[in-house]
Amino acid sequence: MTDSAIDQNKPPRPRISGSQLLIKLLERQGVTHISGVPGGANLPMYDALTDSSIKHVLARHEQGAGFIAQGMARVSGKAQVCFASSGPGASNLVTAVADAKMDSVPLIAITGQVPQAMIGTDAFQEIDTFGLMLPITKHNWMVRSAEELLEVIPRAFQIVLSGRPGPVSIDIPKDVQNELIEVESMPEPGRREANPEFDLQLVESMLSRIRSAHRPILMIGGGVIYAGAAAALVEFAEQLDLPAVQTFMGLGILRNDHPLSLGMLGMHGAPYTNLVLEECDLVIGMGVRFDDRATGKVAGFCPRAEIIHVDIDASEINKIMQPALSIRADVGEVLAIANTRLERGSRPVWRKRIEQLKLGHPLLLDGEGDLFRPYGAIKAVAALLDDSVSITTDVGQHQMWVAQAYPINRAGQWVSSGGLGTMGFGLPAAIGMALAQPERKVICFTGDGSLMMNIQELATAAEHGLDIKVIILNNQHLGLVRQQQSLFYDKNLSAVQFQQNVDFALAARAMGFKGIDLGVSDNPLAELELALKEHGPCVINLPISETEMVFPMVAPGGANRDMIHGESA
Amino acid sequence: MNPTTISLLKLTVNNHPGVLAHVCGLFARRAYNLEGVMVRPIVGGASDRSRMWLLVNEEERLQQLIRQTEKLIDVISVEQHELKGSIFEQTEAFFV
Repeated sequence: MTDSAIDQNKPPRPRISGSQLLIKLLERQGVTHISGVPGGANLPMYDALTDSSIKHVLARHEQGAGFIAQGMARVSGKAQVCFASSGPGASNLVTAVADAKMDSVPLIAITGQVPQAMIGTDAFQEIDTFGLMLPITKHNWMVRSAEELLEVIPRAFQIVLSGRPGPVSIDIPKDVQNELIEVESMPEPGRREANPEFDLQLVESMLSRIRSAHRPILMIGGGVIYAGAAAALVEFAEQLDLPAVQTFMGLGILRNDHPLSLGMLGMHGAPYTNLVLEECDLVIGMGVRFDDRATGKVAGFCPRAEIIHVDIDASEINKIMQPALSIRADVGEVLAIANTRLERGSRPVWRKRIEQLKLGHPLLLDGEGDLFRPYGAIKAVAALLDDSVSITTDVGQHQMWVAQAYPINRAGQWVSSGGLGTMGFGLPAAIGMALAQPERKVICFTGDGSLMMNIQELATAAEHGLDIKVIILNNQHLGLVRQQQSLFYDKNLSAVQFQQNVDFALAARAMGFKGIDLGVSDNPLAELELALKEHGPCVINLPISETEMVFPMVAPGGANRDMIHGESA
Repeated sequence: MNPTTISLLKLTVNNHPGVLAHVCGLFARRAYNLEGVMVRPIVGGASDRSRMWLLVNEEERLQQLIRQTEKLIDVISVEQHELKGSIFEQTEAFFV
């Protein structure tokens, strides 16, 4: 670069590149880690990164980078950043960004783009990243000058953290990264905006409706955890003696053994949980979006109940359910006010009825005493660990078995891909969780199908010496697809068996992980205990039968009352 | 135009590249029926704002559609507007 344009009579003022400005802005936001993969169109960003205090986590695939950042964001609640280059780098990020949108995760995806002069020419590694990211983000930008970064970067942090969290994407052409500018002053870092105001009278109305209900149920979800309101929710439930069902994303708000906890509702909920919802006369949905996996057929969901809906996203209210009362607000703020105004109450008749349903229609964990049965494996792992560990999963049968059977006792202990249901989520998410909370051991339950979708990130985890245990419930099948083919396609098993067996313990060792196979162990329980308790990365292969099923199950599109039970039920 | 099923929305939006894509993209992916679009920079006002008129063929989901549109970062405001005398009535001759 020549500086011929500068007036020779004036002393030169310091100029920095767009990339240097980007990194400085990220530092000022408090970013400690960036996961990513460098490439042609983001070389200037990586050049600037070497002068920074920000640690870079080099993923083996951009999707892995996206999920590493997601894992960090999900347990820390802080906005997290991932980097990718243009073209395939950006398109590989798409799944992780879409996943963040569905589960409301504050992820900032920053991609390189070909220089502006080449946009639209089908240049090497050019792709319409703006167009790809548009439908799967809260907002997205193509940055057209280095100066725009001064506005876009703080705004990105503000948007991902405000209201209902979610991802944004920022596409930066290479010439913008290289553009030299004088920066007069740096902008204030972007922060979460104030929550929307709400009418306090609505909280009184909610309390009054709860008082006059005979069979009320709380339905609590991820919004409670994101609002940091789990403790306030527990107090609210206890003071009003309100039994609570938890959505998949809400697991851990109430301790698993809390007397008011009715576990998870919906497609793979306990029989009594779904039956209680048949009888209730009021559902108070807090931080939930009435997802189809939770409600089943909407017309059949809580048929006798009036609905109260508290959510920060106005467009979620009236989307699926038509509530009698709704409060568009931060659920934590609503609970804080409610907790100062409520009258303590108890509901012995309703609680007794729920106990009856619980005894008559329990969640049967078939084979829970056998290490080589799904529930048995999960229970054995849980028995060896305490609540300090974090739990993540991939997607499939193992995910549902863990959601049903692992005692999740802490808000934020549980991280899983709920809305998008992305196989390959677990391992990179576990890496992010371990980076954000190095004091916690991370247990990643996975399946042989899911792990293969991002297995390359074993090398990334090994490189950082993270305390991650990857437990494979290995049935050599795409188990949940097999289950649906068995139940709904007349056992016509199509493309669900892996003919080529993978030696996962060996694959793990090839990438710097410890790897063990309990299937060939003389003392599998002792070996499991040793593997779980020592510090450091380990893959634990645990063979199970492909005939195992997740029960109960509500057929997709069916009403929650119509549960399919296993043979032992 | 059948006035019982058609609604008119008046949007104030930021005027920079990509805004039309954000608004129309929302309608496409939520499967809302969009019958007409008119957009110009606001005359005489701030040059960084545009006025967008949307003709939508939605009754039951209209309020949900408005709430979704209001969530877009570049959308400043959304108002439901009377159809009578609208830009679409006045320009019908251009669409024969």
